Amino acid sequence: MSRMTLTHPVDGRFGAFGGQYVPETLMSALQELEDMWHEAKADPQFQLELAGHRRAFIGRPTPLYAATRLSEHFGGTHIHFKREDLCHTGAHKLNNAVGQALLALRMGKKRIIAETGAGQHGVAAATVCARFGLDCTVYMGTEDMHRQSMNVRRMKLLGAQVVEVKSGSKTLKDATTEAIRDWVTNVRTTHYIIGSVVGPHPYPEMVRDLQRVIGDEAREQYLSLDGKLPDVVVACIGGGSNAIGIFTAFLDDREVGLVGVEAAGKGIRTGEHAASLVGGRPGVLHGSYSYVLQNGDGQILPTHSISAGLDYPGVGPEHSFLRDIERVEYVAVTDKDALAAFKLCTRLEGIMPALEPAHAIHHAGVIAKELGPGGSILVCLSGRGDKDMDSVDGG
Amino acid sequence: MVAKAGTRLESALRAKGDLKLVAYMMAGHPTAKRSIDVGKRLAASGIAALEIGIPHSDPLADGPVIQRAGKVALEHGMTVSGALDVAKAVAAEGVPVVLMTYINPVLSYDPRKFSAEAAQAGVAGVIVPDLPIEEAEPVTGWLRSAALDTVFMVAPTTPPDRISTICSHSSGFVYCVTVTGITGARKELPEGIPALLKEVKSRTSLPVAAGFGISRQEHLKALKGNADAAVVGSAIVDEIERGGDGVSLVRELLKACR
Repeated sequence: MSRMTLTHPVDGRFGAFGGQYVPETLMSALQELEDMWHEAKADPQFQLELAGHRRAFIGRPTPLYAATRLSEHFGGTHIHFKREDLCHTGAHKLNNAVGQALLALRMGKKRIIAETGAGQHGVAAATVCARFGLDCTVYMGTEDMHRQSMNVRRMKLLGAQVVEVKSGSKTLKDATTEAIRDWVTNVRTTHYIIGSVVGPHPYPEMVRDLQRVIGDEAREQYLSLDGKLPDVVVACIGGGSNAIGIFTAFLDDREVGLVGVEAAGKGIRTGEHAASLVGGRPGVLHGSYSYVLQNGDGQILPTHSISAGLDYPGVGPEHSFLRDIERVEYVAVTDKDALAAFKLCTRLEGIMPALEPAHAIHHAGVIAKELGPGGSILVCLSGRGDKDMDSVDGG
Repeated sequence: MVAKAGTRLESALRAKGDLKLVAYMMAGHPTAKRSIDVGKRLAASGIAALEIGIPHSDPLADGPVIQRAGKVALEHGMTVSGALDVAKAVAAEGVPVVLMTYINPVLSYDPRKFSAEAAQAGVAGVIVPDLPIEEAEPVTGWLRSAALDTVFMVAPTTPPDRISTICSHSSGFVYCVTVTGITGARKELPEGIPALLKEVKSRTSLPVAAGFGISRQEHLKALKGNADAAVVGSAIVDEIERGGDGVSLVRELLKACR
């Protein structure tokens, strides 16, 4: 598979996956967005501006960190973290939000809407809106507002209006559906900042382009540190933006294994999980064709994960493609194991990870035992865990 | 010639001085049995065609009334196959039936099987609001081969050239979305509607139906002469939710159509 095939969707698709399954009302806005994004991407002035915000506002480049005590605990394989938890606002989500806010300014759209699960993308959207003087509305499920109440308070302090979504499972899926309805209604004045590599084309490609800085930096940092690349790169997957962000730079390095970790919740067999790639089948959700958790009649299923950011029945179409061509291996980790990894990492490294990357840390431990001493693993530590205090105390 | 006469939907919806009325109801709302009953009564109420919704868990283009109806229908066990049964029972009354659903239930059911069974049920056409023309071919191919019409939507945000392309893909009629937004009754329709309808009419010989937000006599009076037909959805579903059948509302609205 050539690099061109992997990084440039053809007609808005990664292989069979992707597309634009949206009401006609949005089609011209998607065309405008695609044109604008390609124009901005090629504009040195835009790139310069973006680089400046990455440096001074987000705090990039984020460090590569040797997790030595965790490495020792898991039997001697070298484990490194890409520290996206040190991004301003505490997660990788700001990488995307800053880029899309600059794009909204370029399009002359003054109103921003966003959906959020864990609240990290909502906070990122509220943050860029405060920074650039844009009006911000964030859709969030009732269930998530309870378990991530600190992020709700942050968004409100930043000046965003947080709209409670009471329909369906009251989580990320329903917040996204509601945000799309808002966009259909206010498309002329509003830009929708989708928080992950999901949604209709060009979102999966655009969000990937904005998040790939994670892997571009990490690859270079790893090479200058070790002179070689890691054996395996591991990242957690809800919609899949931090994973695509770190994987993209390594796609052509065939010797590097790539592993995406979904949320197995209470266990895949219980049906109470959020692992679309492991336990779902292809279908359409939120404007693109990808792996989806659905019943036999095409109705989207309720999901469960202890981590609000992974609690989503769909996944980015590029991940579906990478799954089917077997470039990335996708696995799932339970609530229980993620919680244990959260506690382990906090105690051994003095780094409290978000529950989302705690799934990846657990699986890094599993791989470490296979690799043994001399092996090397790079984990995308996509966010910090302060927001999860309530869920963890309860667990 | 038969070909020139157009499809069943085409002739049913073409205005002849009056404005035709299309009603919408949800299969399985509130139950399968009751929705068949309501459908039969609506079929005899003077409407030109009946849209029957197949419920979906995530209806992106629908407002709260139709969302609730879909949720109730799903909770009461409605399925794609069950909705085809509802459509069959109602189509037997002679009214042209148009199925309206989202793409995922159709893909999941298998577009080929869906098309064949819809045709067998006596359905006249299908509308899929989250299936723009660019993505449509894998589904419309099967619908065409089952002699079903595929109705595409034009929105207030659709550029003129694209209106022509959409019209050329559409069969039966062209659905003109009157509001930039989701389904649901509005007090007033946007000012630019006659201009939009005129634009669409100038680019197609198919009948043009206006839909979304239409619920009042004054809306219909404003549409008369500009559109061939008007679709009334949420206002009828709202009546069904309250235990009614929408027939008196249809009769009331028909007065403004003549």
